[in-house]
Amino acid sequence: MLRYILKRFGIMLITLWIIVTLTFVLMNSIPGSPFTSESTTNEVIQENLEKHYNLDKPLFVQYLNYIKSIVTLDFGPSIKQPDRSVNDLLGQGFPISAELGGFTILFAIISGITLGIVAALRHNGVIDYLAMAFAVLGISIPNFILATLLIQKFAVDWELLPVATWASWKHMVLPVLALATGPMAIIARLTRSTMLEVLTQDYIKMARAKGLSPWKITVKHALRNALMPVVTLLGTLLAGILTGTFVIEKIFGIPGMGRYFIEGINHRDYPVIMGTTVFYSAFLIFTLFLVDIAYGLLDPRIKVHEKEGD
Amino acid sequence: MRKDERLDVQSTAAVPDEWFEWDDKEGRSAEAVSRPSLSYWKDAWRRLRSNKLAMLGLVFLVLLALLAIFGPIFSPYDVNQQDRPNQYQAPSSEHWFGTDSAGRDVFTRTWYGARISLFVGFMAALLDVTIGIIYGGICGYKGGRTDNIMMRIIEILYGLPYLLVVILLLVVLGPSLGTIILALTVTGWVGMARIVRGQVMQVKNYEFVLASQSFGAKTWRIIRKNLLPNSMGPIIVQMTLTVPSAIFAEAFLSFIGLGIQAPHASWGVMANDSLGAILSGYWWTLFFPAFFISFTMFAFNVLGDGLQDALDPKLRK
Amino acid sequence: MEKILEVEDLHVTFTTYGGTVQAVRGVSFDLHKGETLAIVGESGCGKSVTSNAIMRLIPSPPGKITKGSVKFKGKDLTKVSEKKMRSIRGVDISMVFQDPMTALNPTLTIGTQLTEGIKEHQNLSNSEAEKKALQMLELVGIPNPDERMKQYPHQFSGGMRQRIVIAIALICQPELLIADEPTTALDVTIQAQILELFDEIQQATGVSIILITHDLGVVAKVADRIAVMYAGKIIETGTKRDIFYKTEHPYTKGLLSSVPRLDQRGSELTSIEGTPPDLFAPPEGCPFAARCEFAMVVCNKMYPDETSLSDEHRVHCWLQDERAKKLQAASSK
Repeated sequence: MLRYILKRFGIMLITLWIIVTLTFVLMNSIPGSPFTSESTTNEVIQENLEKHYNLDKPLFVQYLNYIKSIVTLDFGPSIKQPDRSVNDLLGQGFPISAELGGFTILFAIISGITLGIVAALRHNGVIDYLAMAFAVLGISIPNFILATLLIQKFAVDWELLPVATWASWKHMVLPVLALATGPMAIIARLTRSTMLEVLTQDYIKMARAKGLSPWKITVKHALRNALMPVVTLLGTLLAGILTGTFVIEKIFGIPGMGRYFIEGINHRDYPVIMGTTVFYSAFLIFTLFLVDIAYGLLDPRIKVHEKEGD
Repeated sequence: MRKDERLDVQSTAAVPDEWFEWDDKEGRSAEAVSRPSLSYWKDAWRRLRSNKLAMLGLVFLVLLALLAIFGPIFSPYDVNQQDRPNQYQAPSSEHWFGTDSAGRDVFTRTWYGARISLFVGFMAALLDVTIGIIYGGICGYKGGRTDNIMMRIIEILYGLPYLLVVILLLVVLGPSLGTIILALTVTGWVGMARIVRGQVMQVKNYEFVLASQSFGAKTWRIIRKNLLPNSMGPIIVQMTLTVPSAIFAEAFLSFIGLGIQAPHASWGVMANDSLGAILSGYWWTLFFPAFFISFTMFAFNVLGDGLQDALDPKLRK
Repeated sequence: MEKILEVEDLHVTFTTYGGTVQAVRGVSFDLHKGETLAIVGESGCGKSVTSNAIMRLIPSPPGKITKGSVKFKGKDLTKVSEKKMRSIRGVDISMVFQDPMTALNPTLTIGTQLTEGIKEHQNLSNSEAEKKALQMLELVGIPNPDERMKQYPHQFSGGMRQRIVIAIALICQPELLIADEPTTALDVTIQAQILELFDEIQQATGVSIILITHDLGVVAKVADRIAVMYAGKIIETGTKRDIFYKTEHPYTKGLLSSVPRLDQRGSELTSIEGTPPDLFAPPEGCPFAARCEFAMVVCNKMYPDETSLSDEHRVHCWLQDERAKKLQAASSK
């Protein structure tokens, strides 16, 4: 197991390094450097930038400094907002985005798995067809369209829920719903198909031959095996939810990290773009690492595969 | 066989004596009926056709493609023709899908949007497949050390947050049709390569491949004659799923301001432009692009599902 | 001797898109206490469906028992409630499956898989259940059972896994054990060990066994009686001696001559030409007629009644008819 964790950790570090370096290379390949005076109007900022990025030094030194500042989690100043650093923006936006993302993934997992199991147990029944029709729709409607639709109906037409911002649980309902529907649909479909496959396995027949109750067979024998592929999907889904927060935060006017990121893109505020990209990537890659570990814990065969594989 | 004779016979004793003669084998073998054997693709097509939802998707996509090509021809308006006094006209006989904030005809713009979306989707899928087949094919066919190293690279790339890299690339390269397709391909081929490799690994060990190898068939011939036809199914399915995700990505990028730049019309741009307008009740400005994005993705998804069922030989009865 | 199981005129069908498959078409047999009955036939002949029907483990839909009865100690299992059936499965009747590589849940320790059945059916504490499980592992010949209980299926070889599957089947001390091709997925050397194990277990516990197999070699070792199935029907049944030395049905003869034998020098291995009939539309006459070298006109028209050759030995074949014997005698001249 330790070997497996170490290997995953190594891969995580390499991936992190690649994304960090890629960001640096891409930003430096912008013609005329993004940090020249053309893109800023304020002399104070220009000075801050030059100091932070050592713009007078050779590129290699700049790179080392950049790596150093990332390791120490210092993402430098913003171009457009002179009095604030990228760290300020992240510190302010991240808790809100994390809340939105956290509720979304929780909701998506719980409802998606439930829907998938029910559909599989009622295979080819009415519930199955309804659940899968719902799932295909959920996958097909982009979250930003669903968000506008929800606002139009629940907030404008029926005035049930607030249109925007982020204050009470009422404000969370629509954004979470808009963001969670896609991942939920994907989880439901995957759970259903793996569940159906698992239910035809010999060990399920064997469990039935032991005279176990249907509940025990479903929970103890089928579910655990059926959910393993779902676990591997979590990383990808999380990435989707995270990028989804960009647009959802924009539409609902939620003051999260995503909104700063979009603003950064629209204003070509390069330090903000760099900072958020690196932060987001690090966050995602780390979660992916955790998901891998969780998978290793769930599946006893992993340990052996590692030994045999090398 | 004369059925009437059988009917009078109730017990063994009553069986007529003349039935105790050796049976004429020659005549009998002709009687043996076997179900008609269909070729793999014919069989798959037959199964796909029986899947109503998948066929609905296919028909919709064909219609959409035709409308994307010919739709604008039937419209008297130009895609970017502004008509400020006539802004936000509701759908009517003049403007079938209404007009937007600049008085542009939404009907015309919708089919231009379809061109862009389908083009982006298909180009991204095509490039993914090309790179994926080459990379995955080499991995799977060579195996061993080459495969090991190449798969490690894939494993690392797979961990990169896909849309973030796309966003980063577009910030640097500047958004345009070409750069969007490029950015989507740079990150998109990895999944395809994985699938191709898996397929090749599997097919490689089939006995008929080993057999043709032992007859001294050339590598390229084996790839062309054995590997490709047998691994085509999952590749096609993956392609049908790549197209909608590329269409979604384009719409998403347009929506955050990194898509096709105005005045070009794409569904994502149209949806983004009309965000404010629907709160004022101009629903059609959002409805048509939103409907077509969603229905196109729906069509590809159900078609992909249908193809998966139709092409999976494991489920073959 | 006491009859533990009586199967009568059992019919099982499967409804598929292509039509209805008549997988089992009127199967009848008895099983006595402490006896081993082997059901032999080619794949697809309905032998596994028969065994699953006894346990009521046929997936429904598409499968369905359409006719007949399965009486276990006098009680018709086709009529009892699903709940009652659950209390019979694993307790009174157990099953051993073909492939030990897939019959064990890969994510649970074998200790869990051994004890969960007995915990479900008998009010045992964890430690009592474990003690029982250890005894079973010892009975089936697993060394270091203490350690092995905590391990997962992938840590065992195929033969060991099959021993565990057998231990699981036996833990509640069932009266009937159904083994569905228990050795087919194993290496030849392991096959012999597992068959010996069945013999030992039967002597130790007095369990009755139904052994489903396509392999007459397996049958010769352990069976008391043999039923030969073809296209959803039992075409010949008798003691091991009857089937091996007084073979009557041409299909049984064909099966026997396709098994290599050491005791008959110079005998050639032959195979039976052709394939079994399509059970979507089974023939009206004898299903084997199309492949039978002694087929007569009558064989294609009507299914033959049962002919009793002795108490145990029964066969369905038109060649048993007096008129057929005359025809044979005439032809051989």
